[in-house]
Amino acid sequence: MARAVSRNTKIGWTIAAWFVALLIFFPILYTIITSLKTEQEAISGFNLIPSFSLSSYETVQSQNNYWRPFTNSVVISVGSTVLALIVAIPAAWAMAFSPTKRTKDILMWMLSTKMMPAVAVLVPIYLIFLKTGLMDTRIGLVIILMLMNLPIVVWMLYTYFREIPGEILEAARMDGASLRDEILYVLTPMAIPGIASTLLLNIILAWNEAFWTIQLTTTNAAPLSAFIASFSSPQGLFWAKLSAASTMAIAPILILGWFSQKQLVRGLTFGAVK
Amino acid sequence: MATRQTAGLARLMRAPAIILLLIWMIIPLGMTLYYSFLNYNLLNPGMTSWAGWFNYQYFYTDPAFWESIWNTLVLVLGVLAITVCGGIGIAILIDKPIFGQGIVRILVISPFFVMPPVAALIWKNMIMHPSYGVFADIAKFFGMQPVDWFAQFPLFSIIMIVAWQWLPFATLILLTALQSLDGEQMEAAEMDGAGPVSRFIYLTLPHMARAITVVILIQTIFLLGIYAEILVTTNGGPGYASTNLTFLIYRAARLNFDIGGAAAGGIIAVVLANIVAIFLMRAVGKNLD
Amino acid sequence: MSLKRMICATTALTICAAAAQAQETTITIATVNNGDMIRMQSMTDAFTEAHPDIALEWVTLEENILRERVTTDIATQGGQYDVLTIGTYEVPIWAKQQWLVPLEDMGDDYDVDDLLPAVRDALSVDGTLYAAPFYGESAMVMYRTDLAEAAGVTIPDSPTWTDIKAAAEAMTDKDNEVYGICLRGKPGWGENMAFLTAMANSYGARWFDMDWNPQFESEEWKAALTDYLDLMTNYGPPGASSNGFNENLSLFQQGKCGMWIDATVAASFVTDPENSTVADQVGFAQFPNKEGVDNHGNWLWAWSLAIPASSQKQDAAKDFIAWATSKGYTELVAEKDGWRAAPPGTRTSLYENADYQAEAPFAEMTLTSMQAANTQKSSVQDIPYTGGQFVAIPEFQGIGTAVGQQFSAALAGQSSAEDALAAAQSNVTREMTRAGYIK
Repeated sequence: MARAVSRNTKIGWTIAAWFVALLIFFPILYTIITSLKTEQEAISGFNLIPSFSLSSYETVQSQNNYWRPFTNSVVISVGSTVLALIVAIPAAWAMAFSPTKRTKDILMWMLSTKMMPAVAVLVPIYLIFLKTGLMDTRIGLVIILMLMNLPIVVWMLYTYFREIPGEILEAARMDGASLRDEILYVLTPMAIPGIASTLLLNIILAWNEAFWTIQLTTTNAAPLSAFIASFSSPQGLFWAKLSAASTMAIAPILILGWFSQKQLVRGLTFGAVK
Repeated sequence: MATRQTAGLARLMRAPAIILLLIWMIIPLGMTLYYSFLNYNLLNPGMTSWAGWFNYQYFYTDPAFWESIWNTLVLVLGVLAITVCGGIGIAILIDKPIFGQGIVRILVISPFFVMPPVAALIWKNMIMHPSYGVFADIAKFFGMQPVDWFAQFPLFSIIMIVAWQWLPFATLILLTALQSLDGEQMEAAEMDGAGPVSRFIYLTLPHMARAITVVILIQTIFLLGIYAEILVTTNGGPGYASTNLTFLIYRAARLNFDIGGAAAGGIIAVVLANIVAIFLMRAVGKNLD
Repeated sequence: MSLKRMICATTALTICAAAAQAQETTITIATVNNGDMIRMQSMTDAFTEAHPDIALEWVTLEENILRERVTTDIATQGGQYDVLTIGTYEVPIWAKQQWLVPLEDMGDDYDVDDLLPAVRDALSVDGTLYAAPFYGESAMVMYRTDLAEAAGVTIPDSPTWTDIKAAAEAMTDKDNEVYGICLRGKPGWGENMAFLTAMANSYGARWFDMDWNPQFESEEWKAALTDYLDLMTNYGPPGASSNGFNENLSLFQQGKCGMWIDATVAASFVTDPENSTVADQVGFAQFPNKEGVDNHGNWLWAWSLAIPASSQKQDAAKDFIAWATSKGYTELVAEKDGWRAAPPGTRTSLYENADYQAEAPFAEMTLTSMQAANTQKSSVQDIPYTGGQFVAIPEFQGIGTAVGQQFSAALAGQSSAEDALAAAQSNVTREMTRAGYIK
């Protein structure tokens, strides 16, 4: 921005933006604060200064070891996203650079597969998982979540790839570049921001998935969504413990999101920017 | 020659994704379609028999059916309205030169990283609870009677929670679009004496049209399937005030364990969702070309 | 194996260490996240010491998710679990489907005759026990003795609904956020409908006549629902239509309720000085009845441990159940956390124990309530079903929730009692016709 902005205007905008940001962030902040309270404090009215008691975290950890579901969440969300990218990159590439009349229809059809309500197909999938031995395995969840997110991944990648100007490819071809070189040296560098933000977005979506990950696991593959389900609505009110468990479940993805925020913003265009 | 080769190669590259999704669609969808014609209750597995169209008829005549479709529409449109309008506002706000821009952005996008059931639990217990929630504390501070959100405004409460979760997504995409706006064009318009409002209407908004379309499309897909937030907060009530189509299917599948009925509901939902999708594509699809 | 080792290395789980030993049976236990079950988890060292060849894996889930998860698995013969935590609602239904292993020969010192007869009946089909009770509950009135005294009312040991209404009126002091009565209002077959079904029982109502026709348009149901709405609108807390057990518990603990009629297990929470501000001022009375109706609701629930027929490790599972529901376990808990924490409502011997009686002021009324509960015939009228605060048919989860939604809408002021009952009637008729009960 070349224009000079008066200091007062800047301060005004700053106050407005911080106000809105804190308002939006407040529920999360309050959860973190509540997790540091004792159970008594947690239900005795509005209070932003907790006693910084870590006892809720200790109780949560002693009831249900955090690290096993955490490891499962990481493996499942990263695994399913990487697998989805491996399948989706060629498909999106082909759709973007050799489009046919039906490409648009195929894309729409892919998106429409996401509209099937998961609860309606649970029993068929459950039976398939039992028969194939995928029940309560991380492989099984990786496959399911990969299929869940594949349409979005293909679609996101397609929109990025389409923005890569065709002339560059033709120029490369004129110079005698092979298809392999084309992909490796021309397309990949240009596509990396798009791929990176697709990766991030889908890790977030997979991490937050809380239907299949609970219904298709028992102990070995149960991720953090099941960890949360073991603390939500017990008999009695344990909001500090619930807050501690919630904080533990969202902290890793929150931290990842914070660090990758710039990348996420840059890549999340869905082809919406020309 | 080269193009034919490329076309063949392209087909080969498309194939895995399409085949996988075809399998993913055909097996569950096929099985669901099959089950939707059976009298099949999980709790009475011995009594399975052919049902014809009965499950469809039964689902369609459910006293909650029409209300649930209406609620689904209100939920989707309500969340879209809040997230798109709010998203534009916040995107403009955090695009301004401000102190601590990075932190502000991070705070704004964080709700997106919260698992839906966790978000619902936080809002229900700590924010909107009529006795212990923050809203109730604020109301009491001003000497007012706390509002019992989930009883008096059940659908609105759920819209608020879901909108909170999706606001960051809309903001992010709209912010990206906003950042690509041509600054010189803006300045030229300003020189010509266009006020901030007309600049917004004639320059910013048209520029963001594509981004808004994307937000609407992607969010609609996810919003049609909302049920976890309802389950945690209102259980579809009071009455059917917050029952949407997915929750109705959930009720058939997981409370009644009526696999046939839930399958029929699922098929109806898919058909309706595709009608919405086609309608949506007609209405806004040209923005995507 | 390398993956497993990696997890072990990163987590240092004791389970992993145990799993490394050869020739071990690992049983998977699905349980609900209530306090008594969490305590059971922390006590298992004692079990594994006595049974070094059995390792335990826990799946702890919130009640509704647990029920969904476990039902899917047992109905598809999935075999994912070896021990299930289920209630008195599931046991008779699942046992009839032959999904559960009969629990015979639980060992010499198990003393199956010590189990409370009402609970044992509720967990048996044709005289065979299919699940062992871990803790049991009926329902009763819990009230604030100090508020009752200040308001000049006495609540008899066996009150009528008229007594309750008078007491609620006298104790209500809305300016100071004291509400005469707190009752469940959140929709759900195990939430408001558990209470309302028991209340309707005590009014002489029934869910179905002998031909399975729903009876919501009967005078008894009308009277029960009208009185419920009347009590709650006039003397209840704000937002009652979203209050379940938990919400009412914390309202009572914070001194905002004059009376609370709910499950007897709540008594140990409201008298717990650590979490309750009114621990010393709680009195107990039997579940109310309507004048002239000899019925105190017949509320009976027991969280119980059962073995699915699809389990491959039934012997080890039985060893565990015999341990967790034994007298020895109760003593273990008493030793560690005091007698007040002992799992209530399953064994007669607990209520004969002088230490328990001394530490648990609610012991007597709990026992009275549990003994009064008759789940085989819960209404004074003739009924084709069993079950106390529920109807023991597979369809009840669905229809109970649907009816609960109607009643909570009436409580929220969105419809009248008549409309809610009419909607319930047509809803249930529809479901029962479909399920083939109504010919």
